[in-house]
Amino acid sequence: MKAAVIVFPGSNCDRDLAEGFRQEGFDVSMVWHKDTSLPQGMDVIGIPGGFSFGDYLRCGAIAAQSPICRAVVDYAHKGGHVLGFCNGFQVLCETGLLPGVLMRNAGLKFVCRQQVLRVETADSPFTNAYSKGDEVTVPIAHHDGNFSADADLVARLRGEDRVAFSYVGNPNGSTGDIAGILSENRRVLGMMPHPERACEPAHGGTDGQGVFKSLAGILALA
Amino acid sequence: MKARVHIMLKNGVLDPQGEAIRHALGTLGFSGVNGVRQGKVIELELADGTTEATVKEMCEKLLANTVIESYTIEMS
Repeated sequence: MKAAVIVFPGSNCDRDLAEGFRQEGFDVSMVWHKDTSLPQGMDVIGIPGGFSFGDYLRCGAIAAQSPICRAVVDYAHKGGHVLGFCNGFQVLCETGLLPGVLMRNAGLKFVCRQQVLRVETADSPFTNAYSKGDEVTVPIAHHDGNFSADADLVARLRGEDRVAFSYVGNPNGSTGDIAGILSENRRVLGMMPHPERACEPAHGGTDGQGVFKSLAGILALA
Repeated sequence: MKARVHIMLKNGVLDPQGEAIRHALGTLGFSGVNGVRQGKVIELELADGTTEATVKEMCEKLLANTVIESYTIEMS
């Protein structure tokens, strides 16, 4: 199994993300933002957390227009698996691969703490190792994680079972307590929390491993 | 030639930064500030002959997130 992790200037969770993949047996390639194509034969692309391009203009906006992101969008349109955590989620929204916008936290403060999430669906390549309704604890660390969507979009996401995770105790004002969502074909996941920072006991918990285990499970079957 | 692009959150989109500014003004004793909206201004220095349509394309593709933001363009 092969994974690529995209690295932008200002990414700071790229190596944690790579480690999360490696723990489940993936070979990981780190791919620089100026590259124009992805390595051949990738099973999943990861967009890491951090502060790509210093969060200038809008979080994720400049990264979303980088050469490699055009390749990532093509890859997703062809049915490839893509996940983005934190800044990665912001980038995916800015590319249009996921709907909605991440706005400034309602409390205006950077929030950095352990957060309880509820698994809203186990029917996805990223959540099948969990059960619907499971409560898991993973870190959050963001200033602009307030998922904003109009009532129509929220109804569509819920109706199509595309809310992957929700917050138990909303930390940032996100509409409908939504913490992470899936694309229409369920092969793109974006979420503000950091599963890659909850992958070994030294992290303080291993609840995040399920995302990587889920992927490894379906790819092993493929 | 220059273009100046004003970007604002659309009406109805909650602006927590604007709200914080409103509270701070109240704290300073300025009463009667009923609302504050914060936006941004981007000035572009452009090659002669650049059209407003091109600047509009820049706004749509990068400068504004049209899901939540509106923009106006001043060419000069």
